[in-house]
Amino acid sequence: MSSKIIGRPMDRVDGKLKVTGKAQYAAEYNPPGMAYAVIVQSTVPRGTVLRMQTSEAERAPGVLAVLTPRNTPKLPGADKFSAVPVLPRLTAMQDSEVLYNGQPIALVVADTFERATYAASRVRTTYVEKAASLKLEAGLERSEPALGNFGMPPPGHTRGDAAAALAAAPVRVEASYRTPTEHHNPMEPHASIAVWDDPEHLTLYDSNQGVFFMRQFLSLLFGLPPDNVRVISRYVGGGFGCKALPWPHQIMSIMAAKVVGRPVKLVLTRQQMFSLVGYRPQTLQKVELGASAQGKLTAIRHTGYSETSELDAFTEPFVNVSNMLYACPNVATSQRVVRLSASTPTFMRAPGEAPGTFAFESAMDELAHALKRDPLELRRLNHADKDPEHGKPWSSKSLLECYRWCAERFGWQRRSLQPRSMRDGDALIGWGMATATFPAFRMQASALARVMADGTAVVQCGAADLGTGAYTVFTQLAAETLGMSPEKVRMEMGDTVLPPGGLAGGSSTTATASPAIRSASNEVRRKLVQLAVADKESPLHGLAEKDIVVEDGRLSSSQDTARGETFAQLLTRQKLTHVEGKGDAAPDPAEQKFSSHAFGSHFVEVRVDEALGTVRVSRIVTAMGAGRILNPKTARSQIQGGVIFGLGMALTEETLRDPRLGRVMTADFAEYHVPVHADVPDIDVHFVEEHDPHVNPLGIKGIGEIGTTGIAAAVANAVFHATGKRVRELPITLDKLL
Amino acid sequence: MNPFQYEQSLEVDSSVDRVSRAPEATFLAGGTGLLDLMKLGVETPAVLVDVRRLPLAQIQELPDGGVRLGALARNSDVAQHPLVRERYPMLSQALLAGASGQIRNMATVGGNLMQRTRCAYFRDTATPCNKREPGSGCSALEGINRGHAVLGVSEACIATHPSDMCVPLAALGATVRVKGPQGERAIPFADFHLLPGNTPHRETALEHGALVLSVDVPALPAARHSLYLKARDRASYAFALASVAAVLELEGGRIRQARLALGGVGTRPWRASGAEQKLAGQAPSPEVFQAAAKAALEGASPRAHNGFKVELAQRLIVRALTRLGGRS
Repeated sequence: MSSKIIGRPMDRVDGKLKVTGKAQYAAEYNPPGMAYAVIVQSTVPRGTVLRMQTSEAERAPGVLAVLTPRNTPKLPGADKFSAVPVLPRLTAMQDSEVLYNGQPIALVVADTFERATYAASRVRTTYVEKAASLKLEAGLERSEPALGNFGMPPPGHTRGDAAAALAAAPVRVEASYRTPTEHHNPMEPHASIAVWDDPEHLTLYDSNQGVFFMRQFLSLLFGLPPDNVRVISRYVGGGFGCKALPWPHQIMSIMAAKVVGRPVKLVLTRQQMFSLVGYRPQTLQKVELGASAQGKLTAIRHTGYSETSELDAFTEPFVNVSNMLYACPNVATSQRVVRLSASTPTFMRAPGEAPGTFAFESAMDELAHALKRDPLELRRLNHADKDPEHGKPWSSKSLLECYRWCAERFGWQRRSLQPRSMRDGDALIGWGMATATFPAFRMQASALARVMADGTAVVQCGAADLGTGAYTVFTQLAAETLGMSPEKVRMEMGDTVLPPGGLAGGSSTTATASPAIRSASNEVRRKLVQLAVADKESPLHGLAEKDIVVEDGRLSSSQDTARGETFAQLLTRQKLTHVEGKGDAAPDPAEQKFSSHAFGSHFVEVRVDEALGTVRVSRIVTAMGAGRILNPKTARSQIQGGVIFGLGMALTEETLRDPRLGRVMTADFAEYHVPVHADVPDIDVHFVEEHDPHVNPLGIKGIGEIGTTGIAAAVANAVFHATGKRVRELPITLDKLL
Repeated sequence: MNPFQYEQSLEVDSSVDRVSRAPEATFLAGGTGLLDLMKLGVETPAVLVDVRRLPLAQIQELPDGGVRLGALARNSDVAQHPLVRERYPMLSQALLAGASGQIRNMATVGGNLMQRTRCAYFRDTATPCNKREPGSGCSALEGINRGHAVLGVSEACIATHPSDMCVPLAALGATVRVKGPQGERAIPFADFHLLPGNTPHRETALEHGALVLSVDVPALPAARHSLYLKARDRASYAFALASVAAVLELEGGRIRQARLALGGVGTRPWRASGAEQKLAGQAPSPEVFQAAAKAALEGASPRAHNGFKVELAQRLIVRALTRLGGRS
């Protein structure tokens, strides 16, 4: 592929729309007659709703309906989901059971948002309370084996004999790690506007990570043919996993719209986002490593627990990274879950890999310390040249080059081995590193490309841009393939009237949609060339197709570029409104011959105020080998955003539930600390040039999540190097270092 | 949010009169605290009397060399004012260590004095809280209390006073001028905020309808050499886990006087008079600073998650005194 447009650090095509407020987000539509819904939530962790006094709410000004378990319509397809792990059993007021504190128990609909909010505060509920399970540690004895999410295999792996190898290992480390519950907190709150166009046709404006996935779910649930449901999610202000699956608010807005016979808008408050749309579950992990005296890994055992809800069996698959990150003949990993009276957890940026790399890459650092070896050298020594879990070759892997680049850029060779050996005034300085990894895969997608008679193009694919730059890279890809300037190409996404485009999950958006967009655009280009050479009035008439050059919206002879015509001239003369191409793409079984992962490394410097325990990250150097980079500018932002997400995990973010009420008590940005600008240093990001002929036709790996993997361990390892204290519980707040 | 009536007031007397006569009326200034609490259903005033247009925004020098901060002066204006920066650097530093630029542009001096705790139980109407609902119980005692107070606590309430600005004001011994239905009076800063005791819902010495006119900061030449230090969970935009405002005046190798107040650890802005006495007359040394720090936290009563604050506050005091007093 020539690279005139692809690979260019182009500005976001939707940037101006966003900064001028013209990009329309889900909550910003105003269908005529729209009413507003507000959710009432339970205030006990476990029990049954005995009685709800709704008369005051019903009499409040402007109120159109108060839905409770007593009068909420039954969902025709609700039973279709009760048995499927990772499609949350619905807490959409289908019964009176309360399974967690903060569960939706009523919905108030009114003619204005303020009136609905006020009326919702007047609903009075009496419960029969039941014993709740609120503490992960207290539930270990009744834990259950972890299931695989979405039909994936359960987390865990066995090869060789880890127990025997651990017993025989000359050097061993064993340590337990804990990661807390964490919330995604996208900037844009979840929002839905439900419109029943007629009793059988539904339109939902919604903030989600995949309109087709949402449509499939809703059509099943409401017993409608998929074609009768339209889901629109043109712009999304961040997802990070909490907008992938459906949640009660979508369902409740749709039910309410049916009941009141008007469009209904439902926007969650920030506080509600801590109990209604999932979270990363807390984990308790144990890692045991055995190694030769030289540092070769001989055994890995990684086990542990994560919390899940009574609603669902979602598992945070944190052990899987230990199966494949380094060469090691004896591996035993497994996981269990503990059901708590809590809302249901879900995918959160690098689910599994983020907490898993924290524990495993911390343990590797502990092993390096036990061996008195450089942590980078230890990782190089144990580099996996092929996938040790599946025995397959990697489709590509540039990890050693990532290490090399980072080490040189960071000045790693100047690092002293001894902890507490670097100081600057009140600050202890520490340098730490860790490996990052995330699997590369793709789903099915289709696309449509149209060149119009005015010389512009429209390219459509119902994928999602969560704010990542997908609109931009797809525009670049289509423009280059069509032979047009990107300014002339308009990308359309996030609507089920468009060709199906997969789910923005698993860092797969670009890899999934790109081959379809490429193929649709190629078809248009081919058709244009064929039209021109067959047209007697075209200056290109009679030339062979291969002798036509397509560039900047113009067809010309490769021998004489002055001989040619624009797309617009051709279509206008042909009296065509447009020329169209379609593309479909799906994973090729041949890709399964290889294991495909992106790999990278983070090198981190921290400054720890010894007296006060405060940790400031002062420098981050990150390198990624992540396949073809379509736009280095948006890609860099993705990695930086992932790293900052990981910094929050490392240093500040923790969701706390009251030990008796099970209620999230950190449900705002004053209590739940995401990093602010002052917490984030310069993040030096480098992409290793990587040509992967096997992963997919365009050599694309995902970059949405890998930035978040490894970073918490790199910070924790740097803190150990600075202070000599090993913090095994995230976040590393100052009290843990006093 | 409850329905409420909004009125704008143009003069002090009628504002005081209006609120005094209506038990469910309250003043609205910057709104950075009150409006949030109204949205949460914690505050439910029936009438809001907007005082933002009253002529109380000036920052001016007093004849004795002190400075008068008008109740409606914005936090950002106070922080940047040359008189404040020269004479009370710790006050400017405290203001800039609080909130965010946007909030400081809205928040006022009077509102800062009146701001309510960030205790998550206080802010969540689904949980018991003696401050919000007297007699309902304190959820924080056995709940999540990492951010809670260790000084001035009672069995009824351990909520932390959240202000940064009030910490140096406590150290400086400012005076709060107020106008109430009975006329104007001056309240010493130490008497302005109340300990929770059995009545944590009573937070200040103001009677209903009384309006803060100004905070008068006394002349204290030694305060030109002062410091505010704050420890928190992230580098900016977080409430203090512990903070200290310190003044140290040295004369002939001895401490002539010290002023010390703590934030983030007390149920009200915490003047550490005992520590000040330990310092007075001593030659500055690490031992003297540590003894003072220990005295400042005497009687601290931590709960399950906030024990670290006792140590943290002491270390912060030593750090501040060392920076001001040199030689350690």
